[in-house]
Parts: sequence; structure tokens; C-alpha cells
Amino acid sequence: MNLFYIVFAPMIGALIPLLLRRTSRPVKTIATIAIPISCILVAWPLAQQTLAGDIPTAIQQWLPNIDFDLAFRLDGLSLLFVSLILGIGVLIVLYAHYYLSSKDNDSRFYACLLLFMSSMLGIVTADNVLLMWAFWELTSISSFLLIGYWYHQSDARRGARMALATTGAGGLALLAGLLIIGHIAGSYQLDAIFAAKDAIQAHSLYIPALILVLLGAFTKSAQFPFQFWLPHAMAAPTPVSAYLHSATMVKAGIFLLARMHPALAGTEFWFITVTLIGLITMLVGAYFALLKHDLKGLLAFSTVSHLGLICMLLGIGSQAAVIAALFHVINHACFKAGLFMTAGIIDHEAGTRDMRKLQGLLKFMPITATLAMIVTASMAGVPPFNGFMSKELFLDQALNQHLFGGLSWFVPVLATVGAALSVAYSIRFIHDVFFNGGYKELPKQPHDPPKMMALPVLILSLMCIIIGLLPMLTVSGILNQAVSSVVLDNITVKLALWHGFNLPLLMSAVAIVGGIVIYSQRDQLFTFNRQFEGQDAKHNFERIVQSICDSANKLFTYIDTGSLQRYMALVLISVIVLVIPQLFEIVTLEGSREQLPVDFVSIVGASVLMVAGFATAVLHRHRFIMLMMLSVVGLVVSLSFAHFSAPDLAMTQLVVEVVSIILMVLALFFMPQKTARASTGHRVFRDILIASLIGGIVATLNYGILTSDFETISDFFIANAKTGGGGTNVVNVILVDFRGFDTLGEITVLAIAAAGIHKLLNKLKPFMPSSDIDGRPWHRIKHPLMLTNVANLILPMAMVVAVYIFLRGHNLPGGGFIAGLIAASAMILQYIANGVDWVKERFNVNYQSLMSFGVMIAALTGVGSWFFDRPFLTSWFTYLKWPLVGKFEFATALLFDLGVFLTVIGATMMILSNFGKMTTRHRPRQEGN
Amino acid sequence: METLFSVTVGVLTACSVFLILRGRSFPVVVGITMLSYAVNLFLFSTGRLTIDGAPILGTNTEYADPLPQALVLTAIVIGFAMTAYSVILAVRTRGEIGTDEVNEQDSGESSR
Repeated sequence: MNLFYIVFAPMIGALIPLLLRRTSRPVKTIATIAIPISCILVAWPLAQQTLAGDIPTAIQQWLPNIDFDLAFRLDGLSLLFVSLILGIGVLIVLYAHYYLSSKDNDSRFYACLLLFMSSMLGIVTADNVLLMWAFWELTSISSFLLIGYWYHQSDARRGARMALATTGAGGLALLAGLLIIGHIAGSYQLDAIFAAKDAIQAHSLYIPALILVLLGAFTKSAQFPFQFWLPHAMAAPTPVSAYLHSATMVKAGIFLLARMHPALAGTEFWFITVTLIGLITMLVGAYFALLKHDLKGLLAFSTVSHLGLICMLLGIGSQAAVIAALFHVINHACFKAGLFMTAGIIDHEAGTRDMRKLQGLLKFMPITATLAMIVTASMAGVPPFNGFMSKELFLDQALNQHLFGGLSWFVPVLATVGAALSVAYSIRFIHDVFFNGGYKELPKQPHDPPKMMALPVLILSLMCIIIGLLPMLTVSGILNQAVSSVVLDNITVKLALWHGFNLPLLMSAVAIVGGIVIYSQRDQLFTFNRQFEGQDAKHNFERIVQSICDSANKLFTYIDTGSLQRYMALVLISVIVLVIPQLFEIVTLEGSREQLPVDFVSIVGASVLMVAGFATAVLHRHRFIMLMMLSVVGLVVSLSFAHFSAPDLAMTQLVVEVVSIILMVLALFFMPQKTARASTGHRVFRDILIASLIGGIVATLNYGILTSDFETISDFFIANAKTGGGGTNVVNVILVDFRGFDTLGEITVLAIAAAGIHKLLNKLKPFMPSSDIDGRPWHRIKHPLMLTNVANLILPMAMVVAVYIFLRGHNLPGGGFIAGLIAASAMILQYIANGVDWVKERFNVNYQSLMSFGVMIAALTGVGSWFFDRPFLTSWFTYLKWPLVGKFEFATALLFDLGVFLTVIGATMMILSNFGKMTTRHRPRQEGN
Repeated sequence: METLFSVTVGVLTACSVFLILRGRSFPVVVGITMLSYAVNLFLFSTGRLTIDGAPILGTNTEYADPLPQALVLTAIVIGFAMTAYSVILAVRTRGEIGTDEVNEQDSGESSR
């Protein structure tokens, strides 16, 4: 469980600075810094276990069917990275406290930093590669937020976007690679993958998987040719840069190489790719570092270079090389974090980081200068600092590899060149800033920073010295376990500052002398490089992104023309194109089912239906006639339901038909009465063609279905309707009992539609004609006497019928839907006949409440069954003896149906009465009524 | 009978598709409504055609398939809600934009 705390405490703790938004910065800083410190305290006992050779683990099942568990482990490698992430994290928070200006939003900064910390901790402790990948993506996102922290600056936004695009793309490649590996190994757990090493490497997908994983690692670690994003990430606040470059983010790629080392390394492909890429990156990074005038730019490329060095060592992959690699991870983290903080201090106190403007700062910033010299010396690999030792080990490994046969000598030569460049840019960092003549005018009068701001740098530089002098006391324990978990063997590391006079020492000396020479000749190098300027990675990247956006836009404007006609035509044409080939596959369409004989009534009905359908389409420019024709269609549809043994459907259709035609006539009042002839003959022809094809397809399919035999699943419903549901009308029992949950959903949809319409009608400015289409004014008698009287007569009868239909619904055709619609149409008739005012005086019901009440009754009926330990919506029924009436069945389903009934009335009335009010003075005028 | 039924459904579908392809909102709404009738008939017919077999227990020996009927019953009501919504959307659009064209106007403010 403690492992969970280490990973998730910073994630949840990210809320703390946000909650403390209104407090002062010291409070926030203390609260924030307490989180990694508490993690360190929790990790301490676990670390003792790890150092003793155990591997503490914690597992919580998450998605077991895809082998995706919350599994964490703290082996040596994890411990090494956890210490760096937490240890340097604490220093970063302390540093940021002083670095951020009072205008910066420090809560957001701390929150993002903690989130980032958590995701890094997740990567390094994950015991499941899918989990590791999830955290991997989380670092991409949280680093995006951190790099883009000053989002008002365009280069911060651009840098953040570039980092996200590059590492995000790499992350996707990594996922693919990990999925392949997991598939081969049969598990995503690390131990299972390590155990399946031989199977993985023998598999035909090994190379693709390896390439995909390496893409993930190389993009994250800014290895050639993906090194371009890292320098642009410099737009981040310096504490972020310091963290990203030393202990986190770019180190995640290195961690991945080390983590997958036991499963993937050892093949020729791994050796050559990883070593060469590392070597190239080291040289390219070092070269560009020398050319940068910006302090942070120099440091960024130097990070690229050092990561290349580590990557190369992991490529060589021998035990000693792994020791050197992991040792350099520690050393690099110490000196690079210190260097970035120094650069930040100089920027903060002198107002610029441009080395062409800075010089002679030694007398103004003596403390900073001293600390800077220590960490820089470590970076340059000068004894007795820690950087020297790992560089010695590196040169030794470069000498002792034989990966390239007869050409292997070029590796140590190039390694020495790289080391020399490293010395040169280190000298530049110190000499240009602190020496190089007297003080020049700067934006600010430079001075040493507050003591506490220099404290993190002091701690880091002390680390550089102590690790350099006493490596066996300080880091050998953790390195033993870390290397053991990479090479899967128990080993003991031996580190010493002094290895005697040997070839690596000579190479170091050559590198230092070479570095001094290169630095002294730097002007020629600048002149040489000027020819290549203008080829900025940023511009190339932006150009590629821009061209992708442009082509996406083109495609989009081609598809999205804003024409509904076009969309519909495209959709329908695709249906035709997709379905017709499938229809060709059918050999005989007609099934074996015995067909019904054609009767006279059906012929009449079908003819009327078709003629009315045609008329609706043909007469569409005379809208009122079109509506009349539509109502004929609806009516005949209702009759055909009745004819084909569906009385419930027939009734529903009939009432819905009435209500919808009233609605459409009402709508027509606000719409043009006629449609101008707009479509060209060409267009009409195309539409007729599409329509006929679609109609043909539908008819074909329908014929195929109708004539083929089938096995119904309804026998169950027929058999159980009476015994289980207590009703003989199977359709109604299905609606309120068997499939009650569906019905609940459907009345909810109805209610939502009604609410949506209510909202649409708000503030509606309808187009109100004052006369009919021929210019005749509306009749002054709004409520004709005959209609009023008939309506008043019908209302009580309709209500009685509705109640009757409702009550009998369980056993005979009827039920809540139909009864609700009947009641609603009787009410609507009142509105039409007598007007809104008249109805309001007599029957003032809030339809919205009625509707909500209905949905609530239905839902509560369902919930009710929980009190009897039954699943949601279980129904129950009994027979009651009423005086006079006799035996009467009561079912909870009836209660549910009551909910349906009320919802239908409420929704229908809400739609129609609100819409009808549009024509009167009751039109809603303000939002929210 | 099956032939007659499917031809009728096909004709209804064709007519409503033609209406849906019109350039004014009102015919489109009518087209949607009629299409929902056709679709309901189609869905209903997946239970096959039966005459004199209403699924009321005790009235017949052979019953029509009740399940498609139950589904279509709710579909009719939902179809009404959809028709209502789209017709009022059409009215509102006319009120806001002043035209019932369904295609985006080049000069108008009817941007997406």
C-alpha cells in the first residue's frame, strides 16, 4: 500500500495548492514541499528492503480481463529514479518559491509540478507495462502544462505544443510496441516479460516491436533525430527546465531503455541502433551546445548530448556499461539541475541569459560563481567531481566495445571528440558569464540571490563533490541494486576516483586540452556555422504541422459545405453504394415462409397509402395540401396496424397522428405557405434517382425479411405475460414489465425532448403573418361556437375513455401511452376551441411538473422493488375484491404505467400548449420562465 | 400480401427520401415524419404479418409477435417527439434567420 501512497500522494496532493489558492506563497510552498517529503519518509523503509535485495510490490486489480492491474514495484532501478524524482523535486519546489514572480500563478505551477511528479513516479515504479504507458502519457500532458506555463508567450505555447506532439506521437508508438511485446509474452507484467526474453527476441515481430519502443524512448529522451523539441521546451520557467532535464521527462526515455533492457537488449539490432543513435546524439548535441548564446539553450543541448552518452552506454549493454550509464544518470541529474538553477539565478538577478551580454559577473555574484564552477566542472568531467568518474567509465566502455568489428576504433575517437566539445561548452558557460573582461551594462544590477534560493544549488554541488570523493559510501548501494535489476544478476559495483594511469585517463586529458583549444577558436566556429542559420528546427516543425493543418482544412471545407441537402445526399449515396453490392450476394431473396393471400381491403389500403405518399412528395410546394396528404398516410398506417393484429399500435398511431398534424399545422402558420421552385431539373432528377434506389433497397430488404422464416424470442413473453406479469395484453406487459427499463428510458427521452422544445421556444421571434396567403385577414371570430360546444362535450367523454383505456391496458389494448395521448388531444381541442386564457382560468396545471412527476412515479416504482430485495422494476400484482366492482387486479406495473401516462400528457401538452401560446400574448418573452 | 406490403413500405420510403432532399425546412420535416412511418412499418413487419392474431392472451390460438409491436409503440411516441423538436427547430430557424433554407447562406449570418 505504501507504494500506492508514493505514486498517488502527489497526484491527489496536486489539489492542495489549488485549494490554498488564496493563501500566501510560503504557505503554499510548505504545503507543496511536504508532499514529496512525506513520500520520501514513506519510501524510506521500502528503500531499506530494496537495498537488502528484496523487491517490494503492491498490486490492486483494475481491468483484469486485459491484464491491466495497478501493479507497482520498487526494484533497484525504480528506487534510483524515485530518489532522484523526489529528492530533486523537493529542491525544485524550494527554488521555484523564490524564482516565480509575484504575478505568476504559483498554485497552478505547484499543482502541475506535483501532477508531473506523480506521473514520473508512476512510470518508474509501474510493474505493468500498460500502467507504465498510462503514466508515460500523463507525463506528456503534464509537461505540456508546465512548458506552456507562461501561456501568454507565443514561444511557450509553441514549445509546449512541440513537446506534446513529439512525445505524444512517440507515446503512441510505444503503446503499439508494448502491446506487441505483451502479446508475445502473454502478460504485461514485467517479470513475465523478462522471463519471455528468448521468445520475444526469436519472434518475427521483435524488430518492429523494438523499433516502436525505441521510438517512444528516443522521442522522450530527445535522441537524434528527435532532439529538436527539447531546446524549445526552454520556454518553460527555469525550475521546470531544471526538473525536466535532470531527474524527469527526458530521463523517462533512458529509464524505458533500462527497464526493457532485460527483455529487448542483447541482439545485434539493439547494439547497433541504440549505440549509434546515442553516439550521433552526443556529438550533435555537444556541437550545438557550443554554438548557443542563450545559457539555457547551451544547457538544453548539453542535456541532449549527455543523454546520447547514456543511451550509447545502454546500447553497448555490458554490465560495466550499465553501471556507467546508471551512474551517469545520477551524476547528470545532480549537475544539470544545479546548472539550470544557476542559469535561472543569473537570469533572475541580471535580467538576461544571453552570453553575448553577460560578462564579468564574478565580482557581483561570487557565491553563484563558485557554485556554478563546481557543477560545471562536474559536467565537463574534471576530477575530483562525480562527472569525471562516470566519464572515465564511459570512455573505458567506448574503448572496450567491439561492436563494429574492424571499425570499432571510431567509437572511442568520437567519444573523445564529444568529451572535448563538452569541456569547451562548459568553459564557455563559466568564462563568458563570470569572466571575459569587465562588467557591461545589464537590464538589472546583478547580485547574489537570496540565500535560500542558492541553497538547492549548494546542496547539488555538495552532492557532486561528495559523490566524487566517496562514491562507495554514497551511491554504490543503490547502484548495486539498480544495475542488478537491469542485468538481472546480483552484482557488486566498484567505483573509485583514481584508476591509475591508463588509456581512459589519457583520453580525458586529451578531451580537456582539446576543449580548451576548441573554446579558444570558438569565433571561427561561429563564423562557420553562420552559413547554416535559418534552418531552424522550429520552423521545419511548424511548417510540417502547418501543412498537415492545411490539408485537413481543405478536406474539411470540401466535406463540410454547410448544405444539408449535400450532406443528406452524401449519406444516402454511401448507403446505396454500401448496400447494393451486399444485395447482389443474396442468391434467392424470397424465403420459404408461407405467404398470406392478398385481400381486397389490403389492396385498397396499400393503394391509398401509396397515392397519398406520392401526393405528399409531389405536392410538397403546396404545404397545406402536403400536410393533408401526410395525415392520410398516417391514418392508413394506423389502419394497417389494426389489420395486421396490432391494436395497440393502431391506437397509438391514430392519436399521435392527430397530435402531430395539429402541431404541423400550427408550425405552418409561422412558415411560408408555399415553397418556391428552387431545385433545377437536374437536381430533381438526381433526388428522384436516390429516392427510388433507397426505396428499392428498403422494399427488397423488407420482402426478404417478410418471406423468410424466423425464430421469435417472444414465446417467452407470451408464456409468462399472465403468470409473471399479471396481464393478458402481452404488448403492454412487455412495455411496463418485461422491458420496463426501456420504457423508463423512453419516457425520459420524451421528457427531455419536451424540455428542449420548451427551451427552443424561449425568446423565439416567430414570423407572424397577419393575413393568409392570398392576403385575406384572419377571421375576427377566433373561437367558433360549434367547435367550442363540441369540444366541451367531448372533453369529459375523452377523459373517461382515457381512464378506461388506461385501466384496461394491462389486459386489453390500451395503456399509459395511448391513454395519455387521448387525454392530451382532448385538452388540445380545448385550447383550439376556447383559447389559452379560457383554459388557464379553468385548468391551471403546470405541465412541466406533471411531466417530471410522471417520470418520477415511474422511476420510484422501479426503486420500490429494492425495498423488497428485488431487482429494479420488478413488478408485483395481486387481486383485490372491491365492493360493487368485484375482483380487481392491482399490479405495481399499473403504477408504472401511471407514470408513463402522466409523462405523455405532460410532454405533449407542454410541446403543444407552449407552441400554441406563440400566437397569443402569453408568448414567453424572457429566458428562464 | 408480403409483396404488397414491402412495395408500399418502399414507396413510402422513396417519397420521404425525396422530401428529405428538398432545400426548405418544412418539406424536410414532413419527409422525416413520413420516413418514421415507413420505418415503423418496416420494424413492425420484422415480426412478420399476421391477420387476426392480436397478442391478447385468450383471444386467439396463434399470436402475432408482440415484441416488435412493443418496440414500435414506443418508437411512434419518440418519433412524435422528434418531429415536434425538428418542426419547432425549423420555426425557430426561420424566426432567427428569416428564411427556411436548409443550406448555409453565403451572405447571411447563419454561420455554423
